[in-house]
Amino acid sequence: MDASTEPFELLRELFSRQRLGVLATHGPEYPYASLVAVRADDDLRHLYFSTTRATRKFQFLSAEPQVAMLVDSRSDDDLDFHRAVAATAVGTARELAGDERAAQLEAFLTRHPHLSPFASAPTSALVELEVDTYFVVSRFQNVTELHMR
Amino acid sequence: MAARVGGKALALARMSRAGIAVPPFVAVTTDAYEAYLEATGLRVRILFELERKDFAEMRWEELWDAALRIRNLFLTKVLPEELRAALARPLAARFSEVATVVRSSAPGEDSAGASFAGLHESYVNVRGVDAILEHVKLVWASLWSDAALLYRRELGLDPRRSVMAVVVQEIVAGERSGVAFSCHPDDDRRALVEAVHGLNQGLVDGVVEPDRWTLDRRDGALLEHHQAERLEMMSAAADGVRLIPLPGNRRDAAPLAADEVPLVYGLARRAEGHFEAPQDVEWTLRRDELFALQSRPITTLTGAAGDGRAAYLSLTRSFDSLQGLRRRIEEEDVPALVAAADRLAGTPLESLDDAGLRAALQERKAAHDHGVDVYIADFIPFAHGARLFGSAYNDVLRPEDPYEFTDLLTATPMLSLRRNAALERLAACLRDGDEAAAERALAEYLAEFGDAGGFGGQGGASPGAHMVSAGAGAASGAASGAASGTASGAASGTDRDAVHDPAREEVLGVAHRLAARPSGRASARPDPAERARRFIEANPEAEQERAAELLELGRASWRLRDDDNLYLGRLERLLTAALDEAGRRGLQVDDDLSPRAITLPSPLGTASPVAGHGGQAGQAGQAAPAGPGAPPSGVRRQARQIVGQPAGPGLAVGRARVVASREDLAAFEDGEILVCDAIAPEMTFVVPLAAGIVERRGGMLIHGAIIAREYGLPCVTGVPLATALIHTGDRLTVDGYLGIVVIG
Repeated sequence: MDASTEPFELLRELFSRQRLGVLATHGPEYPYASLVAVRADDDLRHLYFSTTRATRKFQFLSAEPQVAMLVDSRSDDDLDFHRAVAATAVGTARELAGDERAAQLEAFLTRHPHLSPFASAPTSALVELEVDTYFVVSRFQNVTELHMR
Repeated sequence: MAARVGGKALALARMSRAGIAVPPFVAVTTDAYEAYLEATGLRVRILFELERKDFAEMRWEELWDAALRIRNLFLTKVLPEELRAALARPLAARFSEVATVVRSSAPGEDSAGASFAGLHESYVNVRGVDAILEHVKLVWASLWSDAALLYRRELGLDPRRSVMAVVVQEIVAGERSGVAFSCHPDDDRRALVEAVHGLNQGLVDGVVEPDRWTLDRRDGALLEHHQAERLEMMSAAADGVRLIPLPGNRRDAAPLAADEVPLVYGLARRAEGHFEAPQDVEWTLRRDELFALQSRPITTLTGAAGDGRAAYLSLTRSFDSLQGLRRRIEEEDVPALVAAADRLAGTPLESLDDAGLRAALQERKAAHDHGVDVYIADFIPFAHGARLFGSAYNDVLRPEDPYEFTDLLTATPMLSLRRNAALERLAACLRDGDEAAAERALAEYLAEFGDAGGFGGQGGASPGAHMVSAGAGAASGAASGAASGTASGAASGTDRDAVHDPAREEVLGVAHRLAARPSGRASARPDPAERARRFIEANPEAEQERAAELLELGRASWRLRDDDNLYLGRLERLLTAALDEAGRRGLQVDDDLSPRAITLPSPLGTASPVAGHGGQAGQAGQAAPAGPGAPPSGVRRQARQIVGQPAGPGLAVGRARVVASREDLAAFEDGEILVCDAIAPEMTFVVPLAAGIVERRGGMLIHGAIIAREYGLPCVTGVPLATALIHTGDRLTVDGYLGIVVIG
């Protein structure tokens, strides 16, 4: 991607290919990063992930809902270093409940069917990240901001 | 096997096995190349250079810049000891006492579908194992030359998969050499034999015209012999080869006797039979022994004609061909353009009746068109002189900064730098409050440069001159008129014309802004004389005279990059002045009388490599159109960080000033960062005020980059959509070390 390439198109492709993301949360004593399975809605305004409520990340985001999520297309090959695209979503997280949870859980499990037992458990929370801004990085140093609200 | 040694080496091996005499040779396989890339980390570094922006969107100059940086990497990264030892053993065993040629043999280099002939490097007359190994690295580096990259792009080849093998071959210094086509490239019923006295390099470089024999393929009968004007030959020198005058007794004799032509043709036919395809065979005759030097398929017969290879080959010019071009430019082109402009300027347009004005329009249009033709045919190719010098400088001195060579090229300052120095002198007078001195400086400035842009000083009547001194059409009129007003800006009650002279006012406006700075800003370049001495003395003694000539060639090429605007711009102004006069009179004129834009022939693209006239401004910085990839409504896009080329080292933080036209320059303030699509020399008078430069157009040798380095300013070029993504007032950080612009 160059600055002339439509970054939203890249973002769509990124989320269609990548299933995992790195969630960054604020702890009272230290920041934290976790690997999560992620699903994006069609207009990329919301991201969804599942976690048990006993986890550190859930405790942190419950206390401080401002979080970030990194999704990228890196490989281990140095040759692809400049081809990788990385997007950091910054926004507000909240646990879903009731009908809203049921609907989004179904969509989440369509994307990640192998997580059905995990995400469906009563001890697991389905979390929505409402995205304020994407920071999209390509060609190592090109950075474009997409302000979603 | 072909994938490891390349087609050239394989062809030599097969000819040798078939009993055709070939000089002894060794193939350095692609394994060695790959091992070198891994051990030195160059594999990633090369891709770093090529991936700054979409490869398909890089203009030719940007590819050349990347190629120069990559070449410098090969020059400065030594061979790992283990690899060196493994290569040195077989080379020393065969070539420690003889002269060699070191040639490319890239897999796929010569095939039916593509021919990289001439696009990769070969080095003639290389002696000693150390020198051979250094030239092996240079041949490896040529895989990434601008021409090779352009050709790969055209063929849709992925540069990441490119590898190189190298042939090291003993030189057989034949007295006669040439190329034989077993089948004529343009007529499959015929064959063609070309021959020159001396080495083949003259023929290959296109500086020695060969004798040509056309033969009937059916029976080998001679159909035609074209005799060349035999004046020179290529001969081995202490290091490399030299073009020397042909001794008198050889000028009258064709390189091949009548009974020798069939022998050479027979060699080509043997090769064709062996490879089962028409062949283009390089050969040499040493005494009476005929050697094949290389053989490859004739691509023009197999449909590869029509590719851009010829244009890419024109990107590399030899020293001798550039010297010839320089002579033509300095002795013919420039004097003719100046004479034409002088003659046209001698006729005041106001004195002509309508018929006379129409005739003058036609004449000025023809003169400008001719100027554009000369610009494209001669001035643009001559820009390669600076590049040739740059490559030679780096080969000899191996500097960390591959653009250090530009420090030596400004021995004679370009017009734009002389103009800026004159503006600084005027500013100094204003700063000191010396009104009389300021008047003199202003008069001198206007006489020489005409206006703030600096290219109106010799254009007959500059826009301001005729307003200052009624009836005067010459530059002297501008000088006397300018002196009649006051430089400090106070209106003179006795000379209304001077006060309303827009050129004078513009110059004073810039000078006052410069004067408001505590001190002037001069060129930051180190003394080029010391660097020049170091470059010359780094060459072997026998080569130092040539090195000095090469430096002078580079300087002449560098000067012309700026000064060509003077010549062509003057003709353009004469034409537009006539069009303006016609407009004032209400005369109807044809649209095709307006100044012609400068466009390069495909496949080099439509953007001139030099700041141009009319011509292509490249992308105007428009946002991508809405389409399937467009975001939903309400989503706002903001560029935060954009990558370009690091054209001038340093770090600048400041307010952006986006300059789209000459008028925007009037608002430029001290300490701002100049952001533009493509800076032209007549815009660079504000550079002494700037804290940094950002340019959409890419290239290390474009005007913006040149003048940024002159003043030590951070500069990033090749920034996609610079003027669309950056707005006047944005806070910018310009990182000229990494080539990154941060917005906000």
